[in-house]
Amino acid sequence: MFSPTALNLRNRRRERWFRSLFLLTTVILVFPVVAILGTLIAKGGPILSLEFLFTEPREGMTAGGIFPALLGTVLLVTVSLLAAVPLGVAAAIYLSEYAAESRFTRVINLAIVNLAGVPSIIHALFGLGAFVLFLDLGTSILAAGLTLAIMNLPILIVATVESLQAVPKAFREACWTMGATRWQTIRMVVLPNSLTGILTGIILAVSRAAGETAPIMFTGAAFFIPVLPESVFDQTMALSLHLFVVTTQVPGVPEALPYGVALTLVGVVLAFNALAIGFRTHLRRRKKW
Amino acid sequence: MTPPSEATEQTPPAAAIRTRKLNFWYGSFQALFEVDLEITAGIITSLIGPSGCGKSTLLRSVNRINERSGDVRTTGTIEVLGHDIHGERVELARLRQKVGMVFQRPNPLPISIRDNVMFGYRLQNPANSRNKSEQEEILEGSLRKVLLWDGVKDCLGRKATSLSLEEQQKLCIARLLPVKPAILLMDEPCSALDPQGTEAVEELIWELRGDFNILLVTHNMAQARRASEECVFMLMGRVIEHAPTVEMFVTPRNPQTSDYIEGRYG
Repeated sequence: MFSPTALNLRNRRRERWFRSLFLLTTVILVFPVVAILGTLIAKGGPILSLEFLFTEPREGMTAGGIFPALLGTVLLVTVSLLAAVPLGVAAAIYLSEYAAESRFTRVINLAIVNLAGVPSIIHALFGLGAFVLFLDLGTSILAAGLTLAIMNLPILIVATVESLQAVPKAFREACWTMGATRWQTIRMVVLPNSLTGILTGIILAVSRAAGETAPIMFTGAAFFIPVLPESVFDQTMALSLHLFVVTTQVPGVPEALPYGVALTLVGVVLAFNALAIGFRTHLRRRKKW
Repeated sequence: MTPPSEATEQTPPAAAIRTRKLNFWYGSFQALFEVDLEITAGIITSLIGPSGCGKSTLLRSVNRINERSGDVRTTGTIEVLGHDIHGERVELARLRQKVGMVFQRPNPLPISIRDNVMFGYRLQNPANSRNKSEQEEILEGSLRKVLLWDGVKDCLGRKATSLSLEEQQKLCIARLLPVKPAILLMDEPCSALDPQGTEAVEELIWELRGDFNILLVTHNMAQARRASEECVFMLMGRVIEHAPTVEMFVTPRNPQTSDYIEGRYG
């Protein structure tokens, strides 16, 4: 009575087929990640040392370390976060909590989503025009950091709006019925409960800020500077640009050097992300719900 | 704002809530039609009717909480204790403190029991004007009032969300007390609770009777019968009948009311 019919058997075969297909695609996706990291570690690992990380390049960048580039990337990411996070979170709060549903806010939302799709080279040109020339910041860490911030704002805003709206309406109603204003509700209940989502947005932003080359090339990152930057108004080297330079622009670079730079770049991004993830886990543990 | 009639001391008890020709729309959908209602002060009034009849909408109009649902429109007036709640000088935060609300699903905030109860108090008292011993008194008093003190006095720092649903709902009532509401709106406060929880919360509501004007939306006819003194029957956004509970359940005047009470629809 319960033995499979011909149709059941066919469905069962299909079931196996699709299962294998999905498994296969997942494996294919994992492969490049493993391959990239594996190559980087195998070829760049040996050159990594404290000396490599913390000394200046020598002999036309064919020897020595990468400290100015490492420091530059950390500074650029920091400046871009300092500018983008407050702005992005504030804009997201307005869009999610205050703005009434209207043609105006729909246009703004559309603009933000589209801004996320603008190629980074366009952001670079915007940064050059707006920060370097118009605001007269010159090619500097500040101008480059701000350009990266503009590039990251849409991601931050979208991620933050989503996490704000994921806070249950019941929490807001609870606040209202005790006479909390909108801002009190946001500050005491909505923001604390959406912090983890906002941090996820920040993690994405860090990865992009650290990795992008085009936006900083026009606005603040230099080919080679023998001294460390003294303020945010100085130019700087950066890992992403340095990688490009030592790979394609300088003759006689030992093979391990670009791999070492790439590995360091990945390491910086992971370090920033680990920081954010650690903070997020800490908050989750404290919240317990 | 003293009504002139109070001086002559001849007035019948003022209405806790009075609506005049109240209409309400969600977008183009009209949820309330010409509602004229006088909720007697000092008692428990229950609001019954089938799903979608507008009882929750009416309830949510009284503290203007449904204005946050986007595209809504109200015409007509609502007075709470004689004061127009749509008046120009009405501060929404004040209105909502005076007209507290208990929701269908208990919604304690994901913070400690203590912080939940003191949330409203802290909103009203900036950090520098807080009196420590007064706070402890208010905390204990509020939790005692909802019959929760003995159960939680040793774990006030615990997450409120770790309490049972019944305790959570009691806590949701307790946290309204420090802001001294005059009216309590309850939107099916027992519908998420098990039978014991329902009984306990009903008992509590009955205890609060007299201290607050209570308007209770319920799906549960037996609850309306047990827990309220007057009863309002709504259907399709209109008030069909408003009478003392005993009268409504024994001798309903309107045939639609008796159909509903006898379970022919709803």
